[in-house]
Amino acid sequence: MEKLIALLIAAPLLGAAVLLVGGRRLDRVGHWIGTLLSTASFVFGLLLFADLLGRNAEHRTLTQHLWSWIPVEGFQADVTLRLDQLSMTFVLLITGVGSLIHLYSVGYMEHDERRRRFFGYLNLFLAAMLLLVLADNYLLLYVGWEGVGLASYLLIGFWQHKPSAATAAKKAFLVNRVGDMGLSIAIMLMFTTFGSFAFGPVFGHVGDASQGKLTAIGLMLLLAACGKSAQVPLQSWLGDAMEGPTPVSALIHAATMVTAGVYLIVRSAAVFNAAPDAQLAVTVVGAVTLLFGAIVGCAKDDIKKALAGSTMSQIGYMVLAAGLGPIGYVFAIMHLVTHGFFKAGLFLGAGSVMHGMNDEVDMRKYGGLRKYMPVTFVTFGLGYLAIIGFPGLSGFFSKDKIIEAAFAKGGTEGWILGGAALLGAAITAFYMTRVMLMTFFGEERWKNRPTRSPGAPSAEPAAEHRGEHAEPHPHESPKVMTIPMIVLAVGSVLGGGFFSIGDRFLHWLEPVTGHSEGHSPVSAGEVTAATMVCLVIGVAIAWAQYGRKPVPAVAPRGSLLTRAARRDLLQDDFNHVVLVRGGEHLTRSLVYLDHSLVDGVVNGTAAGFGGLSGRLRRFQNGFARSYAVSMFGGAALLVAATLLMRAV
Amino acid sequence: MNPVNYLYLAGLLFTIGATGVLIRRNAIVVFMCVELMLNACNLAFVTFSRLHGNLDGQVFAFFTMVVAAAEVVVGLAIIVSLFRTRHSASVDDASLMKL
Amino acid sequence: MSFPLLTATAALPAVGAVATAAVPAARRTAAKWLALLVSLGTLALAITVLVRFDPGGARYQLTESHSWISDFGVRYELGVDGIGVALIALTAVLIPFIVLAGWHDADPLETGSRRWRPTQGFFALILAVEAMVLISFEATDVFLFYIFFEAMLIPMYFLIGGFGDRAHAQGEQAASTQRSYAAVKFLLYNLVGGLIMLAAVIGLYVVAGNFSLQQIAEARANGSLHMATSTERWLFLGFFFAFAVKAPLWPLHTWLPNAMQESTAPVAVLITAVVDKVGTFAMLRFCLGLFPGASRWATPVILVLALISIVYGALLAVGQRDIKRLVAYASISHFGFIIMGIFAMTSQGQSGATLYMVNHGISTAALMLVAGFLISRRGSRLIADYGGVQKVAPVLAGTFLIGGLATLSLPGLAPFVSEFLVLVGTFTRYPVIGIIATFGIVLAALYTLVLYQRTMTGPVKPEVSAMPDLKVRELLVVGPLIVLLIFLGVYPKPVTNIVNPAVRHTMSDVQKKDPKPEVEAAK
Repeated sequence: MEKLIALLIAAPLLGAAVLLVGGRRLDRVGHWIGTLLSTASFVFGLLLFADLLGRNAEHRTLTQHLWSWIPVEGFQADVTLRLDQLSMTFVLLITGVGSLIHLYSVGYMEHDERRRRFFGYLNLFLAAMLLLVLADNYLLLYVGWEGVGLASYLLIGFWQHKPSAATAAKKAFLVNRVGDMGLSIAIMLMFTTFGSFAFGPVFGHVGDASQGKLTAIGLMLLLAACGKSAQVPLQSWLGDAMEGPTPVSALIHAATMVTAGVYLIVRSAAVFNAAPDAQLAVTVVGAVTLLFGAIVGCAKDDIKKALAGSTMSQIGYMVLAAGLGPIGYVFAIMHLVTHGFFKAGLFLGAGSVMHGMNDEVDMRKYGGLRKYMPVTFVTFGLGYLAIIGFPGLSGFFSKDKIIEAAFAKGGTEGWILGGAALLGAAITAFYMTRVMLMTFFGEERWKNRPTRSPGAPSAEPAAEHRGEHAEPHPHESPKVMTIPMIVLAVGSVLGGGFFSIGDRFLHWLEPVTGHSEGHSPVSAGEVTAATMVCLVIGVAIAWAQYGRKPVPAVAPRGSLLTRAARRDLLQDDFNHVVLVRGGEHLTRSLVYLDHSLVDGVVNGTAAGFGGLSGRLRRFQNGFARSYAVSMFGGAALLVAATLLMRAV
Repeated sequence: MNPVNYLYLAGLLFTIGATGVLIRRNAIVVFMCVELMLNACNLAFVTFSRLHGNLDGQVFAFFTMVVAAAEVVVGLAIIVSLFRTRHSASVDDASLMKL
Repeated sequence: MSFPLLTATAALPAVGAVATAAVPAARRTAAKWLALLVSLGTLALAITVLVRFDPGGARYQLTESHSWISDFGVRYELGVDGIGVALIALTAVLIPFIVLAGWHDADPLETGSRRWRPTQGFFALILAVEAMVLISFEATDVFLFYIFFEAMLIPMYFLIGGFGDRAHAQGEQAASTQRSYAAVKFLLYNLVGGLIMLAAVIGLYVVAGNFSLQQIAEARANGSLHMATSTERWLFLGFFFAFAVKAPLWPLHTWLPNAMQESTAPVAVLITAVVDKVGTFAMLRFCLGLFPGASRWATPVILVLALISIVYGALLAVGQRDIKRLVAYASISHFGFIIMGIFAMTSQGQSGATLYMVNHGISTAALMLVAGFLISRRGSRLIADYGGVQKVAPVLAGTFLIGGLATLSLPGLAPFVSEFLVLVGTFTRYPVIGIIATFGIVLAALYTLVLYQRTMTGPVKPEVSAMPDLKVRELLVVGPLIVLLIFLGVYPKPVTNIVNPAVRHTMSDVQKKDPKPEVEAAK
């Protein structure tokens, strides 16, 4: 059965290779090849899952050694894959959601002439993501880690002719690189500490390592997670990443890739458990981001950016849970999976709305769409109920557990973290209700007006093929798009309950991550009640603002906080002023210095020699007499020297 | 007569020749001064030959004369062609061979 | 006596160079084919060397030794260790691609141009450089090495000065002036380095009495040759200076951007991917092998210079407007990594540095040659003159991106393996330097992606709208290089197997042991 593990990765990798190298010949079938291979990977995943279920909980770790990768004196990196409950969970999520989104993209990207390449990139992403979660050592994980970064870069910038997309892609890659730097330093630290960076040896020797080293490793891993999972302070790329096609946002920037940071932290549980300071940092980052993302999500009028803020915030919950240690790991992953369902569903719904609305993304130009897109409305609505934590739906179970765990941390920290998580729940309810109301309810603000002035850059170029700039005619999307949405909606409704009843998910993951019950100062019932209150408050405020009153089609100026939140709480401005401007000045002055100083010294030396020889040249005046004088002078000197030598 | 006096004479002639080479501009005069120096050397050679009582110096004097004759041939030819092109026999006019 | 394989490997391109030069001007296509065949033949010989080399065997293999100038103890001594074999293979692999990429670079210019371009000469010079580089990698006699280390400058000078890009913004006259400036700068820099090295070579002879690398190293190891500490340090500096100019190490780097900017893309690849490697290779073989004590003494300063090279080169690359200059500064940054790996004095660092030399050669060749194809289409080196090429020529853009990703050391491509080894190797001994060097990977992403974004993405500029995609010949150049990049990134074991024993020897030369991991050290 171990043999199958490599096939999980091989199938999409093959797809990527075939689609990207194959050229135009494959244009007509490329999307089906991509979808087929992605589904094949999902089937392999199911087979392996069945196999794991058939084993004892203790024997559910399979490894497959493929080849020795970098054998150097004292340094051993192997290409070894490891499948355990944690990676299995991810494999099913990635290939499952991935296949659905492949299917959806067949419809969504139908009019794009580069659809084959799109599927090639998607397959490349799947392969890299699977490698990330299946790797048995950190260096191999790093390959997957950067591989998903590359796929994300290619897909965000898929519509490269738009400068904004190209810039967003570059930004995503660069910010991620900062995180990657953290991961590579973490690996180097592991190597100097443990002499290895394979999971087994590192986790096995955590007890022998010094506290300082472990904290450093933990913090560096956290930096890596911040980059990939868009956590403060490296979150700024995620909003811009929405420049990519919507299926990409659903798969990469909501369901799978951005959660890789959570995977990294949970996978490194042994290290974090032994480094409380690093754990504290993780919880702080999680708590700050969950509020940050939620606030940003409240202010955005772009439906995808609002959802991106929400993604950031939800991952903040997961990171917070992962930082809590054994009381939170399982719930972090559970929320990750349920979030994978409902957020992918929400994004696909948003894509479906845009598909029917000439690729308009501004929610202020939506309204009343529930009549025109019933399927989208229902699936989106179920996703909405799931994410705000409506009782009985997925988000309710998973988020509630995290809030409980935060309180269970104990002490002041517990109160602060728990409070933040509760506040986050209220804000989530607010901004998601806002999205829901602005899109599907209220008056039809898209009527009697062109969606955008002609000539303005279109958000998604597919619109140009459809050739409209006139009033949109909202319509339901084709089946190939709605079916994945329905499946995901079912997942968002039932997933949480299925996992939670009888603590199924807990028992499944516990052997890998460990689990302990905290001593919560508040009972589970009280937490649930508080969450419900927050939910109702959030929904009520949103209703008061966007449900009862008509939504203005042009965004009002808003308060200081709203304006700041629209600009991602000024983080981009800070980056721009400090890093971009500063960097430009630095490089420009260095270019100048290199030319004038370093090169100047060299050219100066050369010029100095030139000048010296110019001086010496004057002695060659061409007069025979002066040459004769120097000859006589020389002869006289020689004679004098000879005489002098004699005399001495 | 003391042969050393011949040496003094040779020294005097050489000095006159050298001074002429250095200060005169007319190529012919410079040339004659060179000849004067050569002959001063010849005189010294012969004198030393006499002083040391062997013939080496006299043999050298013959060599010098042969070389001087050859030099006259080449040198005069150069001066004549220089005069033809420049209508002047001044050595300072021929200062083209500088960098 | 067995067949002198190493001599043959270097002699074939030398003979080929003469033969190519002798082809009459009218039959220039024949000269091209001849050069290509010779370079392929050399590749075959190099592969034979690779096969015959036994990683588990003696340190220097396939040795040849003949008396040459017996009065001065100069011998014709050849031999290769794993590091040499890897670099011989790199050189032999790259030259056919360079020849193929430069197929039309030396064609006569359009009528009306007065400049004379001897096509055969171009290819003959490339082969001559190959021969000299190969023998530099093989020589185990210091004097023999020195001769070819210097002689290489002559054909390189003519390649840089004689054959520039066809297109130039300021017209042919300005191009010619800048080209000769670059060529003279290249020559002077390297001559100064070489002269200082010559003094050190003579000094070494005075101290040791012969030029044989093996004899001297052996005598030093067993104590029969005593060198005063100061003497050793001076000699080390003399050697190191020459290699640091060649490599190039900050602040001796300014010749490289000029030379790469002015020469054609294949020649630029020849400079940075092949010729410069002699410098880093020689540091590993001669500086560490002959002067271990002085090498240890100089390590801190050299590491700091290497670190400056890494960050400085990358920052300057970000600020460039000229594609080729950008690649040149990126190379300076990469050479910083190589030198850092060599002088970190750990197994990982040195294995990484050797791998880095190979991988950097391939990745720079891929990036630079595609850049050359791009430049030859549009006739400009300025980044600002491009935009939206991706839409017009997707294959060109794709290969350019892969070359760029290799330059930024994306995992899965070959340079990642070496860069990570160098970083780990440095980090284990000098954590702070290792961490600062890690910033280099962010900067590398910045300059590569900015270059890609400005040239390949965005709206299509009218000047590039008719740009043709890669032709078959060009694909034949880029394709195999990309395959190599991927293969060595996924499975570098064939190279590490060869390199590891050689690195073990070098480590014992400098009497250094890898630091133990904390967990083991605690026990």
